[in-house]
Amino acid sequence: MKKKWALLSIIFLIATFLTGCEPLTVLDPKGPQAETTRDVIMISIWTMLFIVVVVFALLIYVLIKYRASNQSEDYEPPHIHGSKLIEGICVGVPIIIVIFLSVITVKSTYEVESTPKGFEDEEPLIIYVSSSEWKWHFSYPEENIETVNYLYIPTNRPIEFKLFSHGSIASFWVPQLAGQKYAMANMINTLHVAATVPGDYVGRNANFNGEGFAHQTFNVTAMEEDEFQEWVEEVHATADPITIDRFEELLEPGHLGQLTFTGTHLDFLPPPSTHHGASHGEDSEEHNEDHSSHDSHDDSGH
Amino acid sequence: MEFFERFAVPNPTFTIYASMVAIALTMLAVVIGITYFRKWGYLWSEWLTTVDHKRIGIMYLISAILMLFRGGVDALMMRAQTAVPENTLLHAQEYNEVFTTHGVVMILFMAMAFIMALMNFVTPLQIGARDVAFPRLNALSFWLYFMGAMLFNISFVVGGSADAGWTSYFPLAGNEHSPHVGTNYYMLSIQIAGLGTLITGINFMVTILRMRAPGMTLMKMPMFTWTALITNMIIVFAFPVLTVALAMGTMDRLFGTHFFAINNGGMDMLWANFFWIWGHPEVYILVLPAFGIYSEIIPTFAGRNLYGYKSMVVSIVSISALSFVVWVHHFFTMGQGALVNSIFAISTMAIAIPTGVKIFNWLLTLWKGKIRFTTPMLYSIGFIPIFTIGGVTGVMLGMASADYQYHNTMFLVAHFHLVIIPGVVFALIAGMFYWWPKMFGFLLNERLGKASFWFIAIGVCVAFFPMFISGLDGQARRMYTYSEATGFGIWNMISFVGALMLAVGFVLIVYNIYYSTRYASRDISADPWDARSLEWATHSPVPEYNFAITPEVNSSEAFWDAKKKGHKLFKGEYKEIHMPSSSGVPFIMCCFFFLWGFALVFSMWITAIIATLGIFACMAHRSFEVDHGYHIPVDEIKRTEEKLGGAKK
Repeated sequence: MKKKWALLSIIFLIATFLTGCEPLTVLDPKGPQAETTRDVIMISIWTMLFIVVVVFALLIYVLIKYRASNQSEDYEPPHIHGSKLIEGICVGVPIIIVIFLSVITVKSTYEVESTPKGFEDEEPLIIYVSSSEWKWHFSYPEENIETVNYLYIPTNRPIEFKLFSHGSIASFWVPQLAGQKYAMANMINTLHVAATVPGDYVGRNANFNGEGFAHQTFNVTAMEEDEFQEWVEEVHATADPITIDRFEELLEPGHLGQLTFTGTHLDFLPPPSTHHGASHGEDSEEHNEDHSSHDSHDDSGH
Repeated sequence: MEFFERFAVPNPTFTIYASMVAIALTMLAVVIGITYFRKWGYLWSEWLTTVDHKRIGIMYLISAILMLFRGGVDALMMRAQTAVPENTLLHAQEYNEVFTTHGVVMILFMAMAFIMALMNFVTPLQIGARDVAFPRLNALSFWLYFMGAMLFNISFVVGGSADAGWTSYFPLAGNEHSPHVGTNYYMLSIQIAGLGTLITGINFMVTILRMRAPGMTLMKMPMFTWTALITNMIIVFAFPVLTVALAMGTMDRLFGTHFFAINNGGMDMLWANFFWIWGHPEVYILVLPAFGIYSEIIPTFAGRNLYGYKSMVVSIVSISALSFVVWVHHFFTMGQGALVNSIFAISTMAIAIPTGVKIFNWLLTLWKGKIRFTTPMLYSIGFIPIFTIGGVTGVMLGMASADYQYHNTMFLVAHFHLVIIPGVVFALIAGMFYWWPKMFGFLLNERLGKASFWFIAIGVCVAFFPMFISGLDGQARRMYTYSEATGFGIWNMISFVGALMLAVGFVLIVYNIYYSTRYASRDISADPWDARSLEWATHSPVPEYNFAITPEVNSSEAFWDAKKKGHKLFKGEYKEIHMPSSSGVPFIMCCFFFLWGFALVFSMWITAIIATLGIFACMAHRSFEVDHGYHIPVDEIKRTEEKLGGAKK
């Protein structure tokens, strides 16, 4: 019996950690998308905790009450057929819980797949994110600049990440801003994000893609809009332009530090033309025209 | 020289060289040992050529335990590597190979084999049959599995192990990103073992549907047989997908096709879809028989009938149906949009309903019972709380929007280990302890058994609970290292301690087997647990023909009724028993399969053609063979029955 109590206390310990410990990255959101996922996670934890407590309580009760050493020698357990009422409860309660969670899931899934709440009317900043072995390339077509392994974004403005890959599948993840999404070679995935708090956030590839996987990280800095504009101007004043040769060098498998360029590689190496995962009406067709022609991506890494 | 260079391991380390020496020495010792004790003949005639389902079950059991330790050492290496930040015990490539082989070995070569072991041994006994429907095919299944497993394991010392994750997502698993032969091994060894599984699926489906004892209608089958039936149906539907996917993957790697490539019309998502259309039902292929085992053990040691037999049947059937419509939840983040994700999120969470019904039925089986805390029962009871935690976190993962945060993190790793270990491993150990007397005629030691339980149960919690936290803190799975600043260190260190406890628990089980084999009393009855189903109605160990007289059944607990209500199981006189004869062909054919796989891994075309011809020659041999089996005469049955402690009637 000791073990059951030990288990129970471990569960409570975990629950306390999950609720009391702000710094757990996923539960410390800095934007509306991550807030939505945090809320969903917390609701599900409490619901699940209820189920766990009920099961544990029932188990401990029957184990203590009906253990052989607690009963007389000649006790013969009865043959019991199912009871409609009890089985109804056993099926009914889980159904109600699953319906409850389904409603939350559907609602929140649509939420995280669309423009962040509160920013519906604003023009989103479009950033193309592409992964190569084992780096991240960020292209800002509007600002006409490109960075490697770091990302500057303005706060309080919706951002649309257009994700794709120059090789194997990677997963773009900045836990404090939004849940992850895959970057794949033959299509573009859209991830909607907004940061409401300025600061530095950790981003990484979450999908295993070979030897350099563990170190495929990047840094996201969220700053006020005017600071962001200053940075853009500074880049234009100081950074070198990106060229085909330079970019192909960058695609070689390996790790790099943070790099900054003017221009984007999208001009000479257009992203894939198919779009996925954009679940809202205003799918960015207007940003689409300059890369309608696209060859197969056999350029990956070599 | 070029020819031999291909067999070299791309990243040789001390461990690999040490393993080479260890493997060579072990094989030498085995060969010398068998020769010294003059056991070659015995080994050939009694084991390598056997078609007896009980012996095949025991061979599966031995292989599964070996693979458990192979996969377990991988697990320990992983946890040791990540126990502290910036550890240099393993480098990235080694770590990638270790977690890939850990996944493949544990799922396909350990858990599957362990399930096959119990299914082979128990199912024909539970339905009162003499053997499976196709005994020789059963031997073929085992040897296909065995050769597949061996082929996968030699990759460690010849040519290099697979390193693209057990899911082997393309394009990572393609030639460009995984140039050495590891992934060839993955494709071919799983293919060979998978063919064996598919054959088993057909074999057991036919066995259970056609060979039940008189009176055993479908709704009077014991619960383990029910789960075996449903499991084999899932196998028959799911494994062809794997066969096709692996064949396509092999062609991509060996013949330059582009099914899963990212250029020339290939689709990398296609692999993910194929893999999980097989892979998700595979989870239920593992867990349903485990549910069946618990449904045998809990009533036995609660001294009560299984509560809600009908709802148990309904729930396993609905779980099996749902298992085929949830595969997309493995890639919620692949960009299929909110609508598709919502549909698959709901179908995923729906699985919690029948699973919940089963949990409550087990709890209600304990209710008003007389609970004896034996080792198999401890594992079965320990399963309930730990599996519940694993299960509810599965529902959390099923919520698509939240999954965007859990996906590919340690949270997921914690979830599926807390489902698979109590859900499958506990059941297999419990089943092994439970049916051991039936297999070998003696009980495993209870003290050691209980000690192993506590180590394993507590070890699982210590090893995997911290991963929920590190996952929510942003630790992705499959990272071979992390920096100190991430703060993951403490959680990973706790996990490592848990892994060590698990290791102690598993070593105790093996020590228990050794200890009990030497010292346990052989003087036990055929029914040491006071059990309820038919397999306990025959002798321990079981004679080759299982039942001298075919039993007649009137409920799902026929043996219990025979004991308590005076129902007569065995009516009539002894008759001649027809048995299938042993055959070396399945073994030889699978040796050719091994050669075939090995040749293809290294693109040795001539050898591959010879091996293919060998395989077909074995099939041709069978088609021209006239073999009607043999009959055991009545006198011999009488003698055997008397020798085994009085004729059973």
